[in-house]
Amino acid sequence: MAETLDLALFVQHRDGTAHIDLAVEGVACAACIRKIEGSVRRLPGVVDARLNFTNRRLAVDWHENELAPADLIAALQDIGYPAYPFQPERTETQEAQHMRWLVKCLAVAGFAAMNVMLLSVSVWSGSDMGQETRDFFHWLSALIALPAAAYAGQPFFQSAWRAIRTRQLNMDVPISLGVILALGMSLVETATHQHHAYFDSAMMLLFFLLCGRALDHAMRRKTRAVAGNLAALKAEFAHRFDGGEVVRVPAAALRADDRLLVRPGDRLPADGVVLSGTSEIDESLVTGETARRPVGAGAIIHAGAVNFSGTLTMRVTAAGSGTLLDEVERLLDKALMARSRYVRMADRAARMYAPVVHATAALTLLGWLAAGATVHDSIVTAIAVLIITCPCALALAIPAVQVVASGALFRASVILNAGDAIERLSEINTVVFDKTGTLTLPEPRVANAAEIVPDLLERAARLALSSRHPLAAAVAREARERVPFEGASEEPGQGVRALIEAAEARLGSASFCGVAQRELTEPGASTIAFSHAGQTAVLVVRQTLRPDADETVSALRTRGLDLIILSGDRAEAVAPIAARLGIADARGGLKPAEKIAAIEALKAKGRRVLMVGDGLNDAPALAAAHASLSPISAADLAQTHADAVFLGERLSPVLETVRIAHRARRLMRQNLWLAVIYNAIAVPVAIAGYATPLIAAAAMSGSSILVTLNALRVRAGKRAVGTGVACPTESTLVPVNPS
Amino acid sequence: MNVLIYLVPMALVLGLTGLAAFLWSLRDGQYEDMEGAALRVLSDDDLGSEDQRRSP
Repeated sequence: MAETLDLALFVQHRDGTAHIDLAVEGVACAACIRKIEGSVRRLPGVVDARLNFTNRRLAVDWHENELAPADLIAALQDIGYPAYPFQPERTETQEAQHMRWLVKCLAVAGFAAMNVMLLSVSVWSGSDMGQETRDFFHWLSALIALPAAAYAGQPFFQSAWRAIRTRQLNMDVPISLGVILALGMSLVETATHQHHAYFDSAMMLLFFLLCGRALDHAMRRKTRAVAGNLAALKAEFAHRFDGGEVVRVPAAALRADDRLLVRPGDRLPADGVVLSGTSEIDESLVTGETARRPVGAGAIIHAGAVNFSGTLTMRVTAAGSGTLLDEVERLLDKALMARSRYVRMADRAARMYAPVVHATAALTLLGWLAAGATVHDSIVTAIAVLIITCPCALALAIPAVQVVASGALFRASVILNAGDAIERLSEINTVVFDKTGTLTLPEPRVANAAEIVPDLLERAARLALSSRHPLAAAVAREARERVPFEGASEEPGQGVRALIEAAEARLGSASFCGVAQRELTEPGASTIAFSHAGQTAVLVVRQTLRPDADETVSALRTRGLDLIILSGDRAEAVAPIAARLGIADARGGLKPAEKIAAIEALKAKGRRVLMVGDGLNDAPALAAAHASLSPISAADLAQTHADAVFLGERLSPVLETVRIAHRARRLMRQNLWLAVIYNAIAVPVAIAGYATPLIAAAAMSGSSILVTLNALRVRAGKRAVGTGVACPTESTLVPVNPS
Repeated sequence: MNVLIYLVPMALVLGLTGLAAFLWSLRDGQYEDMEGAALRVLSDDDLGSEDQRRSP
């Protein structure tokens, strides 16, 4: 059916040229770049096309009115690369700018650190250097270091200032204080022709810390780019009535009171009211309920449900009061407030660390004064204590582990949403699973595939490729050869038929295929019949467990975690799954508020809960839990409130996440101890007044390198067997049809 | 030691040139697609006619 695709929402206009960003699937090699850019540039009116291989996005500029954006997507589809319009989120653009700023600061700090170090090494090694030359070198160092520190130190100074204004302490407060005092004291020492200046230490400190920050930020940007692409791939399209015509528009362009056409097999793109038509809808992504709900005119329906049997016309509504979504959002607000009170490990360390260090410096000053040293010498020694304890290793200890751990998670197909998620994930001792779409696969599968003659199943599956019905989609997944039969025709509400080897084949309802109806006792299961040349089969389609659910659940149990199922589906549907997995504590038929209540009760007992769920009804529970995970098939609202999202059909990423987070936490602790030991050695030296700039520089870089190397050990952990889910970039971007 | 009067400014100017070059390349977007740059060098687009014959 010819239909227009309206992509106006994604096109940006700039004096005569139009611009669109597309997320492209299947980009895997150098040849893809040339093929994609070449074929797009050949289209009439295209000014430029540039593929960014790192984030798999294609930017196209063309003369306005000479090309429709839908043609671009069609052209890419023709050469085997599905492309999806993409709108960079505001946060992503902001993060790109922030990253650029951090790298600029890093470059300035690196330049200054190198040049000041050149001058400092000359001063340290030139013992026969005259006082004038030494002063000249110190003044030069000051000339380089002061403006550089004023520029490159901004990320720390701003953050420290923000913390102080809200009367709090974070790691940036002692860092900023250390840098400013080191520079100030060095300036005074230079002006009074003294031997020691610490310009090099201050610059090196900034350089190391900026390295850590930039790496942390780069890792987060990388995962966010992949998440953005996945969102574009998943983005829903809706069929909207414009005048008398039906136009295909992105769901993001829908407004209240738009009228939509929803065909069987479509996912509802928005909340709304049915205007006409009757159908059954599958709301498992919304409520977790696997039994389908019949709807007719006037029924309220929610985004995320799948239309099963009939064609519906619906009117889009804004979230009205009294609806499920309304309740979910109200609960979310409350749950999020509780989470924002979590204090990160680094900040907790800073709260203990800063007062101790500052007290030590003050005691050093008083001690030397009492021992009869001059005021000048006492102040210099006290400041040297502050410089040497400036938490370089401490500030790198946790971010370095986080960077390596989020890289390891990324390779295990887990994409982190929240910065402090690793810490919270490592503290959990109870795992709460949702059932539908989390323990089970998001789409139904043929449950009795093994009982059916393989050849017959293959024919049924290939015939199913020609149908849009959700049950047929489950059958089609069994096809080994994904080639539909020619001349297949679908009869609405009945099934699909085609001529195979001169005999008619039918797939559909039992009566349509002339097969006796088989009664099913299981809730949520359906049958679909197939007949061809005298052979018949009845396929049972229902929710099935994820392929590795058994192993993952028992592995989680051997780690000593308590497992619980909280499902929105009926108790009869939950019981068999819980029994199969050996989970004793399983509750069904829960509303969103009851899920939260159950989690709160666990929290009150001192449990740290990891919630794994996918439905709209899980979103508040995900936000209320100590940490949360969602599969990539989850409802948007659930995904945005989960700490991390995992890809693929397997459940093992849950286990991997827990494993990596535990390992990361152990290394964070180790790193903090390393930093403490370093201080225990360096501080007495500084108190005794032996902390020359050379010793400060060596101690500082040595400890920073030590904690960074220790952090790299997160990667070294042995891999659990069978976690070989392809890395996110591979699984979503495998070449689909490279010719 | 008078040679320092030439050497030190020269060293600084060289360092600043490097910094300026880096900042320019950053602004130019040369770090936007690190993996793509590694692969683009493999394509023979600049060879013109030969490339036309070889392309699939």
